[in-house]
Amino acid sequence: MAEKKVTKNDLFWTFVRSNFLLGSFNFERMQAIGFCVSMMPILKRVYGDRPDELKAALKRHLEFFNTQPFVAAAIMGIIGAMEEKRANGADISSATLSGVKVGLIGPLAGVGDPIFWGTVRPVLAALGAGIALTGSILGPLIFFIGFNIIRLATHWYGVQYGYDKGTELVENIGGNEMHFLTEGASVLGLLVMGALVAKWTTVNMPLVISEYDNAMGEHVVTTLQSILDSLMPGIVPLLMTFVCMWLLKRGMNPLVVILGLFALGIIGYAVGLFA
Amino acid sequence: MELLLLFIVAAIAGMGSVLDEAQFHRPLIACTLTGLVLGDMTTGIILGGTLEMLALGWMNVGAAMAPDAALASVVSVILVIIGHQSIGAGIALAVPLAAAGQVLTIFVRTITVFFQHLADKYADEGNMRAIELCHAAGLILQALRVALPAVAIAMVAGTDTVNNALNSIPEVITRGLQVAGGFIVVVGYAMVINMMNAQKLMVYFFFGFLIAVFTDVNLIGFGAIGAICAYFHIQGMKKDIAIEEAAKTGGGKVEGDDIDDSELM
Repeated sequence: MAEKKVTKNDLFWTFVRSNFLLGSFNFERMQAIGFCVSMMPILKRVYGDRPDELKAALKRHLEFFNTQPFVAAAIMGIIGAMEEKRANGADISSATLSGVKVGLIGPLAGVGDPIFWGTVRPVLAALGAGIALTGSILGPLIFFIGFNIIRLATHWYGVQYGYDKGTELVENIGGNEMHFLTEGASVLGLLVMGALVAKWTTVNMPLVISEYDNAMGEHVVTTLQSILDSLMPGIVPLLMTFVCMWLLKRGMNPLVVILGLFALGIIGYAVGLFA
Repeated sequence: MELLLLFIVAAIAGMGSVLDEAQFHRPLIACTLTGLVLGDMTTGIILGGTLEMLALGWMNVGAAMAPDAALASVVSVILVIIGHQSIGAGIALAVPLAAAGQVLTIFVRTITVFFQHLADKYADEGNMRAIELCHAAGLILQALRVALPAVAIAMVAGTDTVNNALNSIPEVITRGLQVAGGFIVVVGYAMVINMMNAQKLMVYFFFGFLIAVFTDVNLIGFGAIGAICAYFHIQGMKKDIAIEEAAKTGGGKVEGDDIDDSELM
């Protein structure tokens, strides 16, 4: 029997299909159909002439799957390499394949979530939004192009690298390099968040605390805002951020927190605390 | 014609909301495109930028689902452009819309369980084409759940009844919402920070905050400062690991990696 070999073309189509991983997300097995559909070009290649093996493989990849969608491409590459070995007679059981797959979900999401959702997207989105507020099309373009270059590169190299390294990569994922990458991204992300809290919030509290004429005959008005600004500008949004973090950690729905802040704005404006 | 284009844009945003890949569902993109098809892209971009900051922390992590940015973006632009509302009103309306969109997507994600079981059946038959169709069906439902409400609202948005209802909102509410718009973004920041869940890295958050308060560095500058901090942080981690390993192997001089210890002597 001829050696089964996944072609460059198969990997390319797996890459294309991986862009639709979440299309049929459901509450039972989440990204399962998407994973199965993404693996089809590879499965067809290695099990094409053995219908029973193909059916078993399709069923195998309709099992529960859910991870960060960009790093999922690496799992597809790794599993693709393992399926190829199995088709060529290597002793890789169905249970081993499922074990590797499920075992990778957590660690890869642990890397992908903070990097992409915690750092890359918020930083690029904030950059784009800042420009967009002036009405310039550059804002949306920078966000869209910048984010998609990073995303497509992750998908592409994920599939290729995952396939090339195969199970070898499984050990690396728990290793130091990934940990460095995650922490490095978190450092960058948190620093930018800190800057955003100070820069991209507007709180004005014109509530008058005292009003008098000083020795030089100048009229001095002290508002709550001027006192706060002399202590530490940006202290109010900083405190608000911490209160929100605390509420969200206790499981409050973010939309409820947003509505609460809207209520605070309306009441604050009505009583003259904010303007 | 305009409604057809709107339908397409809303459908793309709806698909984007579940795929979470190309980010067509993010306000920055969805509002811009909706504005474009409704003939006022600039308003779309500005509203998109404002909503994007509000939605900065809306993300799908694990099984948790974000509030729905797709429906919120598309419909609030419709109400602002066709319904002649202020940007501030558009932002306020976006919040209940995001909640409504979330309910709709939960509904679709539940229906899609049915396609999951259908796919099982086709796997038994080895019918790959049919599994692909199951996949596409889920995606199409997600497109419709944004596109249909968007077109329906676009058809009634210009009418007097809707305009009168929206215009009857008292000034204290609209002004208050505008005030809240200045600090509502902290929810997004809080979500991102919580998601990182890195207590020991919070010092970098405060560092960024202090630089922003006392200097005029722009966001690109913060990116660069952040990258430098990340570099030093990783160097520090490497050193810690090397020391730990040296201690484990019976102490002695820290060897390996690329850190030059002579500087420390």
